[in-house]
Amino acid sequence: MTPEERLDELEEALEEHLQEDFEDCRWERARGEITLTVPREQLTGVMTLLREKRALAFEECIDVCGVDYAAYGQSEWVTSQAANAGFGRGASRADAPELDPANRFAAVYHLLSITHNVRLRVKTYLDADRPIVDSVVPIWASATWFEREAFDLYGILFSGHPDLRRILTDYGFIGHPFRKDFPLIGQVEMRYDPEQQRVIYEPVQIEPRTLVPRVIREDSRYEAGWKPEPSSEEAE
Amino acid sequence: MAEIRNYTLNFGPQHPAAHGVLRLVLEMDGEVIERADPHVGLLHRGTEKLAESKPYNQSIGYMDRLDYVSMMCNEHGYVRSIEKLLGIEAPERAQYIRTMFDEITRILNHLMWLGTHALDVGAMTMFLYCFREREDLMDCYEAVSGARMHATYYRPGGVYRDLPDQMPRYDEGQFGSKAEGRRRNRNRDGSLLDFIEDFIDRFPKLVDEYETLLTDNRIWKQRTVGIGVVTPERAMQLGFTGPMLRGSGIAWDLRKKQPYAAYDQVDFDIPIGTNGDCYDRYLVRIEEFRQSARIIKQCVKWLRDNPGPVMIGDHKIAPPKRADMKDDMEALIHHFKLFTEGYCPPPGEVYAAVEAPKGEFGCYIVSDGANKPYRLKIRAPGFPHLAAMDEMARGHMLADVVAIIGTMDIVFGEIDR
Repeated sequence: MTPEERLDELEEALEEHLQEDFEDCRWERARGEITLTVPREQLTGVMTLLREKRALAFEECIDVCGVDYAAYGQSEWVTSQAANAGFGRGASRADAPELDPANRFAAVYHLLSITHNVRLRVKTYLDADRPIVDSVVPIWASATWFEREAFDLYGILFSGHPDLRRILTDYGFIGHPFRKDFPLIGQVEMRYDPEQQRVIYEPVQIEPRTLVPRVIREDSRYEAGWKPEPSSEEAE
Repeated sequence: MAEIRNYTLNFGPQHPAAHGVLRLVLEMDGEVIERADPHVGLLHRGTEKLAESKPYNQSIGYMDRLDYVSMMCNEHGYVRSIEKLLGIEAPERAQYIRTMFDEITRILNHLMWLGTHALDVGAMTMFLYCFREREDLMDCYEAVSGARMHATYYRPGGVYRDLPDQMPRYDEGQFGSKAEGRRRNRNRDGSLLDFIEDFIDRFPKLVDEYETLLTDNRIWKQRTVGIGVVTPERAMQLGFTGPMLRGSGIAWDLRKKQPYAAYDQVDFDIPIGTNGDCYDRYLVRIEEFRQSARIIKQCVKWLRDNPGPVMIGDHKIAPPKRADMKDDMEALIHHFKLFTEGYCPPPGEVYAAVEAPKGEFGCYIVSDGANKPYRLKIRAPGFPHLAAMDEMARGHMLADVVAIIGTMDIVFGEIDR
């Protein structure tokens, strides 16, 4: 079976099993991958189904990660303004990212079915104030550390997780560093103070700067119906 | 009577058998592990956050530094997801070069694993043997990219440049005698492919040599047989991939099941274990040495016969040649835009994975149409493996923890990211 045929079968199986109880779930197929969007209340139910049903049989949870959509689609460089204002090395960052508090975060799960040799991405959107979702640890033990990581880096809370501690950041770290409103250079810096004879934390002193501004180009190449020019010479 | 209590032992973060910066908090009852709690993150560099602030191509170098003993496989995972996002395919010759270097990397990684694993368990000689062979393979890296380890050789749309026609040679007589210098240059008269072929012809014999030292060695078997047993069901439940999963008897290999690069064109077998203990995983990896050598041999043959481009000709993604820039305005503009701004892939999200030596290495990229990834998530194979530490070590002795760390093939560059 080709990968495309396997995806067709997966779509059929999803249709069959999700139709009755979970009709709010939507999926789309793009670039040979299926993304299933699940309302957060239904996550445990859908995930259990995905693992238990023979036609789906997603035995492995390959990855769990958080995404922060706070700055999605915002660029630091607008060509019409830049023409008058010029561009220094320190391109100004967008002052305050426009937040859509309802769908700010997403928890993204990548599942793999070894029996059917297909992958599935499950996505659930979370709001900014209470980003809480049910843990999938009872379904896949491999999610334990991945959920700890998403909690550490994004502050997403997984209810029912047996041991939701920070994992990658330092002991006593404050904040969730991968959120879009957390600066790349961090908040504090650490040094040894010879007078107090201990390590102290101070507000960070480095100036943040952008070397290459973030640009979003309207590229006609990716619009539907566009074909590459036939005479594309290959480099040697 | 004295009160008997469990006590807690701190293993690492600076322990030679911890393979880097692992801090293990072990709760022990005498010498038996009751609970193992790995503390990771001491090497956390925020690679994913850094990648969000850089154009796509500038993060390739970071990938080398994730799992720093299987450099090119990590690049492959990242580059493949960008290619999927852009909807491009590398030329066939580049695919074969990638396949060949992925397998060279697999041998490099497994040699490192075998040497350190055996050293931890007590076999000093293995370490010296393995590092002897690694030297030759790192020379291949150097010949093709200029760097012995952190190559940045794979690029979206192909590889940085074609294989060199001349293998670099040692300066004869600089160290030691002239005769010694000639001996070292013995297999460096021809091209890189000749050098690789010479290595591959020698290599199966060398693997036999390793096996005579370990496979039937009584001490080696006492330290690995029946240690860290994982059943196939638990292996899937715990998210294992790569040799850890195959050691438990599940024939799952992305190179066969979801082929990429030129893996559907070459002939090779997938070894699997039966008992799921450290010894089986050792046997699986030893057999992967031989299979990798087989794949490399086929790639060398194909690459000899089929010259061609190694990079796509689309200058929106791949830079033009320097000679073209001298008299072609458009090439100059392309070059300038590519290196000051990069390229903007269409909005969307992709996940692409490769079978890295340690397991499935995947990159999940969310793009909002900008020249930088909106979100890059690196799925490192070692992360779920180390997460299973508690389950695998429970009930074993303290010395077995070292064997279990060894069999997991832990590298902190990729776990902490």
